[in-house]
Amino acid sequence: MALYSEKVMDHFKHPRNVGTIENADGVGEVGNAKCGDIMKIYLKIDDGIISDVKFETFGCGSAIASSSMATEMIKGKPLSEALQLTNKAVAEALDGLPAHKMHCSVLAEEAIKAAVKDYYDKNGIKYDEKIFGSCDSCCHSCEI
Amino acid sequence: MKVYADNAATTKMSRHAIEAMMPYFDEIYANPSSLHSEGQRAAEALLDARERIGACLGCSSKEIYFTSGGSEADNQAIISAARIGERKGKKHIISTAFEHHAVLHTLDKLKKEGFDIELLPVGEKGNITAQQVANAIREDTCLVTVMYANNEIGSVLPIAEIGEVCKEKKVLFHTDAVQAAGHLHINVKDENIDMLSLSAHKFHGPKGVGVLYSRLGIPLVNVIEGGAQERGKRGGTENLPGIMGMAAALEDACAKIDENAEKVSFLRDKLIKGLSEIEHSILNGDEVNRLPGNVSFCFEGIEGESLLLLLDEKGICASSGSACTSGSLDPSHVLLAIGRPHEVAHGSLRLTLCESNTEEEVDYILKCVPEVVNYLRNMSPLWHDKVSGKKEFFLK
Repeated sequence: MALYSEKVMDHFKHPRNVGTIENADGVGEVGNAKCGDIMKIYLKIDDGIISDVKFETFGCGSAIASSSMATEMIKGKPLSEALQLTNKAVAEALDGLPAHKMHCSVLAEEAIKAAVKDYYDKNGIKYDEKIFGSCDSCCHSCEI
Repeated sequence: MKVYADNAATTKMSRHAIEAMMPYFDEIYANPSSLHSEGQRAAEALLDARERIGACLGCSSKEIYFTSGGSEADNQAIISAARIGERKGKKHIISTAFEHHAVLHTLDKLKKEGFDIELLPVGEKGNITAQQVANAIREDTCLVTVMYANNEIGSVLPIAEIGEVCKEKKVLFHTDAVQAAGHLHINVKDENIDMLSLSAHKFHGPKGVGVLYSRLGIPLVNVIEGGAQERGKRGGTENLPGIMGMAAALEDACAKIDENAEKVSFLRDKLIKGLSEIEHSILNGDEVNRLPGNVSFCFEGIEGESLLLLLDEKGICASSGSACTSGSLDPSHVLLAIGRPHEVAHGSLRLTLCESNTEEEVDYILKCVPEVVNYLRNMSPLWHDKVSGKKEFFLK
C-alpha cells in the first residue's frame, strides 16, 4: 500500500522491541481503546541511561511503526535525551506519516514521557512538571 | 496466494461486460443525441440497454435514468423527493442510522435546509422492521429511504414489507440497492419501490455508471443540469460504453442469481464458521438474512487497519470499518449503529466474496486470519489487560 513509506511498513511488519520488561523501572501507557490506539512503553534504566526498552501497542500500522521507531531512537540514550524526543522526529525518522496519522507519533512521544515520569515518581526524583504537560500536536483523544 | 475478498468495494469486470463495451469506443462512438445515422445507431443501443436493464428490475425503460453511479442516483432520488415534499409543506424524511454516506450526507444537507430527518435505530443484527417505518410515518413525511442491503455487515432489509407500508400511507419510497442489485432478486413493482439506486461496478460491470429507477409520474429534479439527455433529467452525453457494459453485467448477474448465491453463500458460511472459532470475536449482521458474499467480524483487542495491512502482506484483499481506515476518528457508523462499542468496532474485518472465489481461497483466509489476529493480540496492551482480568471482555 502506498499509504505508508517503506520505513513505516518495515517497522510495522518487523517491529523492534516488542514485548514487556519484568520489573521495569518505568512504565507509561497513553491513548485509549475508544479511540483505537493504546501505547505502553516499558523502560529499564541504569545510571540514567535507558538500557532496555519494550513496547506493546494496540492500534493501526502507523501506531505500531511509531512505537517501534521511537523505542529504537531512545534505546541506550540518557533519560534527558529521551525526554527531548519529539513526535516530529519520530515521524521524520519514518520518512513521514500521512497527516491524519501524525497523532500516532504524538502517542509515541507521550508514552515515552509517561514512562520516564513513572520512573521519576517511583524514585522520588524531582522534575519540572512542564516537561510532561505539553500536548503540541493534539491527537484529539480527549475529545471523544 | 492472491485472494480478492473485497467485492463489496468493487468487483472485477466480467469478460462479457468488457466485450459488450468495446464496440462503443471506436465503432458506434457517435453521440446518441446526434441526428445522423451514426448517432441514431448509438441511440438505438442506448434504448436497448435501457430496456434490458428495465427488464432486470421489472420496470419500463421509461423509468430508467442513467447516472454516474450509485451515489449520484441516491442524491437525485432524495433531493427529488424532498423538493416534491417541500411544495406540499412536507419536510419529514425517514431513513436508517446505517445507510451509505451517499444517503446520509444528502440527508444532512437537507437537514441544514430545515428538513426533519428521522434515522430509525437499527437492531443488533443490523435490521429494521416495516413496523418501525409505519410507526414513524407522519402526515408531513415526504420520503422513506432504506437501503436494500447493508454494505458493511450484509444484512438484508425487509424492502417489500416497507414498500407495502409506504404504498398504503402514500409516501415515496426509495431504496439504495447498490449492494443488492445483481445479487438478490429485485422487482420494483412487486416490492412497491418508487425509486431505486444501483451501481454497475458492484456486479462485474464498469465503474462510473449506475441507474436511478424512478416510477413514472415522479417529477425528478436535476442534480446535473445540461442537455436533454435522460428525458431532461440528467444533463451530459451518455456514457454509452459504460451503459452497455452495465446492461450486459446486470443481465448476466440476474440470469445467475440463484446459482451464484448458492455457490457464494456456501463459501461465506464456511468462512463464518471458521472465523467464529476465534475467541472473543463476533459476526456482524444476521446469520441467515444476509448478502450471499458478506462476512463481517469484530475481533476484540486489535485494530482493523493493522489487520488489513498484515492480510495484504499475505495476499488477501479485505476491508475494515476501523477509524484508521477511514481517516476519521470514529469507527464505522454502521458498527456503532448495531451497538458495537467503539473499541470493538475498531477491530472489524469485512471479507466479501463473489462466485469466482474458491474453497481453497477460503481455506487460505481461514489459515491467515487467526494467525494475524493472534500476532496482533500478542502485542496489544489492551488484549493483555483483558486476559489478565484488569479489563473486561465485551465479546465471548
